[in-house]
Amino acid sequence: MIAIEAEGLKKRFGNVEALKGVSFKVKRGETFGFLGPNGAGKTTTVRILTGILKPDSGKARINGYDVVEETLKAKQSIGVLPEVSNAYPDLTAWQNLMLVASLYGMRKNEAEKRTVKLLKEFGIYERKDSKVKGFSKGMKQRLMFCMALISDPEVVFLDEPTSGLDVLSARMIREKVLELASDGKTVFLTSHNMEEINMLCDRIALIDRGKIVTIDTPERIKAKVGGNVAVEVSFDKPVRLPRRLNAKKLGDKYIIYTTAVHETICEIVDYAKKNNVKIVSIDTRTPTLEDAFISLLEGTK
Amino acid sequence: MKSLIKSLAIAKKDVLMYYTKGPVVIFGILLPLFLFLAFSVGRSLPLNFLIAGLISMTVFFASTSVSPAIAPWEGQMRTLERLISCPIDEKTIILGDIIASMTFGVSISAVPILIGVVIGLIPSNPVVLLLGIIASAFCFSCLGLLFSAYPTNLPSTVMMISSLIRFPLIFISGIFIPVSEMPEWSRILAYLSPLTYFTDIARYSFDLMPAFPIYVDLLVITAFSALFLALAVELHKKAIYKRI
Repeated sequence: MIAIEAEGLKKRFGNVEALKGVSFKVKRGETFGFLGPNGAGKTTTVRILTGILKPDSGKARINGYDVVEETLKAKQSIGVLPEVSNAYPDLTAWQNLMLVASLYGMRKNEAEKRTVKLLKEFGIYERKDSKVKGFSKGMKQRLMFCMALISDPEVVFLDEPTSGLDVLSARMIREKVLELASDGKTVFLTSHNMEEINMLCDRIALIDRGKIVTIDTPERIKAKVGGNVAVEVSFDKPVRLPRRLNAKKLGDKYIIYTTAVHETICEIVDYAKKNNVKIVSIDTRTPTLEDAFISLLEGTK
Repeated sequence: MKSLIKSLAIAKKDVLMYYTKGPVVIFGILLPLFLFLAFSVGRSLPLNFLIAGLISMTVFFASTSVSPAIAPWEGQMRTLERLISCPIDEKTIILGDIIASMTFGVSISAVPILIGVVIGLIPSNPVVLLLGIIASAFCFSCLGLLFSAYPTNLPSTVMMISSLIRFPLIFISGIFIPVSEMPEWSRILAYLSPLTYFTDIARYSFDLMPAFPIYVDLLVITAFSALFLALAVELHKKAIYKRI
């Protein structure tokens, strides 16, 4: 069964074409990562899927309901944790949750039980009667997560859920995402944190300049880099490595993706000897999702 | 019914969030009081005429001070996005805002009525007055929503727009000069203001001769309400997405 479906989504803001025909499908129970650089169209896509924006053309469906034609039915089955905190600052945590519960049509008893459960699970029950404006960023984010889950939605949209959080809050949020996945919920996750996406998602879509670049599992995406090993080397002074190595400079290091590890290292050592430079460090590792991300984005330019 | 319950939840949120905000208190309570004092002190006008005028001004200013401020504030705080992502439509949000604004207008009207009671002026037609207050508070709340139809997230801009419309209405609606004593040209303008008809009801409730039959006042206020509501819904349906 398909939980989220985007079909040729297009959206323009003035002269800027934010989405140029975005299409993908997310299966029920899947944790789907949505990656892309700033301005790629991630938030626009999320806003269309959650019924906040209307697409210029194309279709989007949540659990089979069209987000434009059957918007209330589509919204009834989703919970949204937006990128920017938007709880009411002059309301208490309790009042914020009860408001959202009312807007989802929950009965008072059911809403109260669920509110207590979530506030306890997220460790903010003791602050339930405090106004949100006095909350730290981590507490606000936990409350926002509670607000996204108040109606026990089948599909949860999480837009940069751990951005700017301290280690403990970020860890708690990640654990909750894993719990949602084990409960069979569909999670749509956007994040800049590659490690987080790698750890949490079943599949990933990479979007750039309004177009989907690739959709695949994290491991298959890493394999698309072009080599199965990354050689990372640094020298005692700036160098110009041979072009055939196709080295990428990252800070004081050079990264070379290769399938011929031995030959590549020998070539680097030969180069260092010939050019009278010293190797400060050399390391081999498998390509990370970040490597794949950069490589795929460069391929689109 | 479900939609009404959701509107009431939004109204409750508005009460908790916005009733004590500075611009609401200043434009909704203090300003009409000072304006009224500025125009009535030193003039030898009957007390019942003054109290009826004060009630009209209070209901008008209070009811039009909450509804226009909500949308820009919500846009600024990004809470509008939260509301739109919930399973509610634009009408539910608008109705919630109107209920909150109307409740503010009705509640604040108790202040000038109590002042009247303290100085010995008890409305002779309290039921008509109450009906008039409820109907006109609804009407003025819908009018207030029209002030914020321009999609800005700056409450000060909306307050400026609303002041530009509210102040002229005060002077053409027979609050300081009865409609019957106005020159012909300004009488025509007075007929175009919904405040004229509520002022007429307030005067009638304090034993003054009304300019129109009371049922006409109520009918005209209802007609204005329908017009303002329809316009507000249409305009806000478009504006709401431009605020995000």
